[in-house]
Parts: sequence; C-alpha cells; structure tokens
Amino acid sequence: MKLIENVSAHVSRRGFLQGALASGVFVLSARFVSEPLWAAEGEAAAAPFEPSLWMSIASDGTVTIVAHRSEMGCGSRTALPLVVADELDADWSKVKIEQAIGDPKYGEQDTDGSHSVRGSFDLMRQVGATGRVMLISAAAAQWGVSPKDCTTEPHFVVHRGSGRKLGYGDVAAAAAKLPVPKKEDVPLKARSEWRYIGKERNSLFDLPEIVTGKAIFGMDATMPGMVYASVEHPPVLGQKIKSYDDKATLKVPGVQKTMTIAAFKPPHMFQPLGGVAVIADNTYAAFKGRKSLKIEWDSSPHSVYNSAPFRKTLEATSRQPGKVVRNVGDVDAAFAQSVKTGGKIIEAEYYTPHLAHASMEPPVAVAEYRNGKVLAFAPTQNPQAVQETIAGVLGIKKEDVTCHVTLLGGGFGRKSKPDQVAEAAVLSKQLGKPVKVVWSREDDIQFDYFHSVAAMYMKAAVGPDGKPTAWLQRTVYPPINSTFDTAARYADDEMGLGWNNLPYDIPNHRAENGPADYHVRIGWLRSVANIYHAFAINSFADELAKAANQDSVQYLLDLIGPPRIVSLDLKGDDAEENKDYPLDTARLRRVVEMAAENSGWSKRAMHLGKGHGLGIAAHRSFLTYVATVVEVEVDSKGQVHIPNVWTAVDAGTIVSPDNIRNQFEGAAVFGTSLALFGEITATNGVIDQSNFHDYQITRMNRAPRHIDVQIVKSEAPPAGVGEPGLPPFAPALYNAVFAATGKRVRELPLSKTKLV
Amino acid sequence: MIRFKVNGNEKTFDGDPDMPLLWYLRDVAQLTGTKFGCGMALCGACTVHQNGAAIRSCSTAMKEISGAEITTIEGIAPMHPVQEAWMEIRVPQCGYCQTGQIMQAIALLKENKNPSDQDIDTAMAGNLCRCGTYQRIRAAIHQAAKHQAAKETA
Repeated sequence: MKLIENVSAHVSRRGFLQGALASGVFVLSARFVSEPLWAAEGEAAAAPFEPSLWMSIASDGTVTIVAHRSEMGCGSRTALPLVVADELDADWSKVKIEQAIGDPKYGEQDTDGSHSVRGSFDLMRQVGATGRVMLISAAAAQWGVSPKDCTTEPHFVVHRGSGRKLGYGDVAAAAAKLPVPKKEDVPLKARSEWRYIGKERNSLFDLPEIVTGKAIFGMDATMPGMVYASVEHPPVLGQKIKSYDDKATLKVPGVQKTMTIAAFKPPHMFQPLGGVAVIADNTYAAFKGRKSLKIEWDSSPHSVYNSAPFRKTLEATSRQPGKVVRNVGDVDAAFAQSVKTGGKIIEAEYYTPHLAHASMEPPVAVAEYRNGKVLAFAPTQNPQAVQETIAGVLGIKKEDVTCHVTLLGGGFGRKSKPDQVAEAAVLSKQLGKPVKVVWSREDDIQFDYFHSVAAMYMKAAVGPDGKPTAWLQRTVYPPINSTFDTAARYADDEMGLGWNNLPYDIPNHRAENGPADYHVRIGWLRSVANIYHAFAINSFADELAKAANQDSVQYLLDLIGPPRIVSLDLKGDDAEENKDYPLDTARLRRVVEMAAENSGWSKRAMHLGKGHGLGIAAHRSFLTYVATVVEVEVDSKGQVHIPNVWTAVDAGTIVSPDNIRNQFEGAAVFGTSLALFGEITATNGVIDQSNFHDYQITRMNRAPRHIDVQIVKSEAPPAGVGEPGLPPFAPALYNAVFAATGKRVRELPLSKTKLV
Repeated sequence: MIRFKVNGNEKTFDGDPDMPLLWYLRDVAQLTGTKFGCGMALCGACTVHQNGAAIRSCSTAMKEISGAEITTIEGIAPMHPVQEAWMEIRVPQCGYCQTGQIMQAIALLKENKNPSDQDIDTAMAGNLCRCGTYQRIRAAIHQAAKHQAAKETA
C-alpha cells in the first residue's frame, strides 16, 4: 500500500532529520556533478548557477531559493530561504522564493509537526554555504588570487588585499562550472556572523502581496476552461449513495450536471468521502444546486455515534487499567503504602471534546486529468500526499501527478489531508476538463479530520509535604491511526505528544493509554494530543498545589524538580530525536520562572481584584519549552475576560523572532477558542455544528487583550514554533478561573460550565 | 440588467440576481483579493465597500447593488496608510482574512479618525482571524490612524 508508506512518513516527524539530511545532501552533490547543463560550455553565460535543487543565481544577481515547505501562516516559506540566504551571504532584497512542487527529491515536504526549521536548518545552511564557497572560488580564479584571501559581503565577493569586488551575478556562470566542494571544505558562518538568522527585521516574504490582495491562495487558483464543483458528502462516515434525484438541481441557473464520487475503500485515509458533485459555471451555482439535491444514503456502522454516551464510554475505559506506556518506580505499591500510612489520595477526571480546524480558507483545489496525468494546484501542507492519494484513487503513477502548492489560508493540520484535491482529480477525469472543488464552511466543519475527543483519569498519592509520591495518568481517545487502520484502537505517536514524557520529579509514575473506537475521521490539529494531555497534567498539578495550599508556581517548580535530563524510555523515532533533544528540566524551569516573573506573579496575585485570577501551565512540545501565565476576569454574569497573557518560550535557535512572537500570540487566541467555545459533537453519526455561529472562533472582543511573548536566547538546536504555544494555554486559563472563582472545571470548553 | 461600478469601472450583470456579490467578484470579475470564509456574514473575510461602507459581499445579492459603487482590495491604491501599518506591525500570519480585515479597518478609520481600543473591538468583531492576529490588527489600526493624521496635517 503506497498510501500507507506515505502515512508512515507523515507520522514519523523526525524522519526528515535523517532522511532528507542524508538524501538531500546526496541529491545536491549528485546534481552538482551529473547535471549536464553545467557542462554546456557555450551556454555558460546564460545558464543560471544552480548549486543544488535548492537555489540558482542569475547573471543579474537574482537569487532564487526553493521553498519546499508550505506557507500556512507559520513562516516556513520565509524562514528556510532566509537560512540559505544568510549562509550564501545574499542580499535578501535580491532573493526570490520559488515554491517547490511535490517531489521526493526535496525529501519529506509535509509541513506539520512544527518541524520545518528544525528538520531542514542544517541542510539549508549547507546549501547556502556551498554556494558561497563556489562563488568565492570563481571570483578568486578570475582575479588570480587564493580563495583564502577572499571573503563576501552581501551579494559580493571581496578580495581582502585589494578591496576588489565582484557581484554574485557576475561570477555565477563561472561558479556553476566548478566542482562542488565537499561538505568538510564548506565552512559555515559563526553565529555572530549571521545577518538574518535570529534577527528582528525579518518579515514574511509574501507580506506585500497579502496586504494588497494579490497573494494567491488555493481559493484563488484557476485553470483555463475549468468548471466549479461542490460535493454533497455522506452525512455519516462510510455511508454510500442508494439513490439520488437531481431534477431540481439541474434547473438551477449555472448548474451543468451532477456526478457521483465513489466512496473510499476502508481505511479512509486521505481518500474522498464520496458523494454527489454538482458541476457548475461558478461556485454559487454549485452551492445553490446542492441545496435541492435529494439523496438517499445507505446505512453506516458509524451512525451509532452520539457524543454524550460516547463520553461515558471513554470515561469508563479511563477508570480501567490500560496499556502502560511509561513506568517509573512502583505506583501501585506507593498508592498502597500511602493508604496504609494515612496519606492523601487525590483523583480527578478530565474531558476534552472533538475540535474542527476551521482554517479561514476552507478546503479547495483545482485539478486537471489529461492523458493519464494529473496537474493540481492546492493549498496543501503535503504535496507528496497529494501525489500519493491521487495516484492511489485513480490508479496512476504518483510521478504522473504534479502538485503545485499555493499559499494556504491556514492549515493547522487539516491541509495535510488532501481528500478535496483527490475529489477534483476524480471529477476532472470523468468530465475531461479542469475542475475546481470548493468546500463550503459547512463542509469544512462537518467533514473535517477532527481533533480527537479524549478522557483522562489522574490519580496521585500525596505525602505530608503536599508533594506526590505516586502519579498515575491514563488517557483514552479514538486514535489518529484509525484513519489509516480501521482496527486501531490504541494511540501510537500521540504518546510522545505529552504523555510518555512527564517531566516531573516523582519517584513512582505510570502513564497508560486505553482503547477507543472511532466514528469520524480523526486527524492532527495544531499540537494534536498535547492539547488534552497538557490540559489534564497541568490542571491536575494545580489541583495538587491548591490541595497542599501552596503557591502554584513554586509547586510547579518543585514538581519539575532539580535541573536534570529526564530519563525516558522511548522507541524508534522518538528515541532518536531524544538524543539530539533530551528533555532538560533546566530549560522547563527557566520558562516557568520567566513567565512568572514577567507576569509579576507574586505581587500581581496578591493585588488582583474580586473575580480576577492568575493561572500557570508549562509544557514541552515539539521540543520547545513553553510556560504561560493567564490572567482572567470573571464578570458578574460569569463571562470570562482575558486581560493578560504572558508566555515564555525556549525554542532553541530561532530564525525570525517577530514571527515567533506572532505564532505565540496566535496560539493564545487559538487557545482561547478551544478553551472557551470549541466543541464538535455528533448525533447519530452526524456532526451537529456547521458554521461559525455554532462552532465559535474567538473574535477580537473576546481574545486576550494583551499577550506578552518572551523568547529565551538559546544556542540549542532549533525546535518547533507553530504548535507549542497552544498546549499550556487552556490549563493556564482554567487554573486562573479556579484562582478567580474557586471553581475547578475539568472539561473543555468553559462555555459548558456556569461560573456564577 | 444590473448596473454598478467596481473600483471605478462601469459593470453590468445579467446573471442570477440572487448571486452574492462575492461570487461575482471572485468567479466572474476575477477579483480574488476578496475571500470566501463562511457564506453567512459571520467571518468578514469577504468584506468590501459599498458606497464607502463596509459590507459582507457573501451576503449581499447582486440585485442589491444596483447603482452602487463597490470597492474591493484591488481598488485600494497601495500603499494605503492601513496597508502600510499592516506591513510595519507585520500583522499577517497566513494572510487569508487580512484583506477583509483591511477593508473593515479602512471603513472604520473613515468614520472614526482616532478610534479607541473599544471602538476597534466593536468595529472589528465581525472579522475572524483563525491565526489570531487580533493584537497586531488593533495596534496596526492605531498606527494607521497616526499615519492618516500625519498625512492630513502635512
């Protein structure tokens, strides 16, 4: 199963580190040597200097750098070329970015798991530095001097002795003819020499186009002669069409015809859901035509899905022993000992619902099938998954699928799954012309790959000092793997997302996972399982602090314990990653201390008025350490306002500080949405919510009023920034609500609980 | 036949009079700076100006714009002080909602040259940003107000 290979590549977040670093550099070297273009003497002057797959320099000095990751708002498309430009010593104003099509020659391209910079940082440095060495060599040869006597300033090679200069464009053609230097002959800049990496002035490459409306998102992509399609999907996962009547639909002005899309063969993976497509002259006619379709669907085993009883099932499972994913000491003995010696046992249960991604741009794609090949334009996080999926569905070779990546109007994990691109390709094959499939907001919310619903059971034995001697945590939810394996009932990669790596200094600890069935498509949503794991862990930590009548910050620091590398029992990719990125409690402590200090925790906590409260939470995810303090005000009607948020971040080496602040400001707002409002439920297998009136996203007037983001200066390897701001937010907010009201709420979202 | 202006140009439309202006702009006029987000006037991504006032083009039928002057983001001469401020504050993340946000902000500043935080919250509450750039949007509107004031006194 080719799709499964792709999926395992996706799941393997660390895969790119080794895969692309090894294969990418190899490709780069091979290309340098073997590419016949470079040897074409006569064309040398006109031929661009292409030291790799990744960049070229034209004779006018324009440097084109390939972005192999998608831009969905996290800044990857800018950050990686910035790293190349820095090591190349290029003038950023002369840099153009070319978005890569999906192609394994770029290594893994899935823009997810907050791993674009950390996965490609070294490779991008190498690419830029290699180019710089070759440009220096070419200029030195022209001058008849030693390359050792030459250096660069932005876009120029400079001879130190004479001060002579040659522009990059002037030596590019000569440089292209040189052999590619070996990696050991390519010096990287010292950190102190970086012009762009870590600098304040970096801004998004596409900023001018975005503010003028010229930026091309997936929704804006067109192909000549295309028609528009809107698809009525089966309301319950797995339903197929029994019959349908399109007479009224065909009378709608602008509607051309209707067509069916076959339902997926389980597992659903990224295949189309199936349904009836309305083909029309424009999007509106397609949407309107759908309203008068009469479709009879057959039955599906998933029509048993009702959120309220399902919650009870999850919670019951969470009270039973599960699969052990980490064991330290002997929890059971410690609990027994505590009971015998009159110690305190504290238990708590937490619940978090499904969430929908609801990126502002709903799923959309344009595709054309012609002569056994597919050309697609899509806002996708993973163009190679587009290739794999369309190849699988249409029975063609993935090399025959060309996927161009547009800008993404948000992604948050939804757009790693290209089911809508496959719909466009399937329809185009039937119609014989290009098709643009546009999902409505209702389609987006009802047919998402949902963030999983989860139940967590927590139990601690507390000693006389108020500190836990034993800590048991159990988590239960339909796993993401159910999207790829209908029999999957236990979590897999989710365990590494804040569950098998508790950073607390507790002598007896066990983490478990219980089984659950799936009834909707489950997928990755920004920070994924960290959301519910961090919610349960940080809420429970605060419950223990309050039970011990201790300060939440100090208690948290005591739980984290002394600075040390936490010993983890990890396997596979997680174990590999842990070698380069050990779990360092000194770094976690530091962000806790920073966030507390920036918030003025100790003074502020004393002087807050009635109904105000401060809460803290800290969590490491995607190898980044984050602590967040939230201040809430609960008004007389029980409505929660958020005057202040203070976040401290240690993401190791960073490329664009202002972009990182933007990511963490955004995470606080995204966090507000899921903490206050976010909930997707199902009745008889059908999703109850449909648009922004019943699936609310935080508006400006409910968002935190002031978000302060402090970044730890660090020379550690780069870590993630797109997702890690999210996990600590909800528990910090809930802990603040407890401080403000004395109410301990143990389920998301807060809107379900009356606070006054 | 419906007659109206888009960005100063005379236009006519004889298609489905119920078609929302949004889809005319995007699919017929190929002005794709105006975005589709919800189709129910809940998110503001489709905000344009009708005779200078901000409207949701997804919920404004073509039959309602007869004789109107429509301005889209493409009709705003760059760089407008609001766009300048958006660049300086580096507001966007994904950018998809930002043209709607900018059109709403321009309309606000036309009515209220020096809006308070409260004024901004009220005016912008209909424009969703899933990336969560509200803090920067608010700062950029204040900055744009300053730019505009400076331009007017210059």
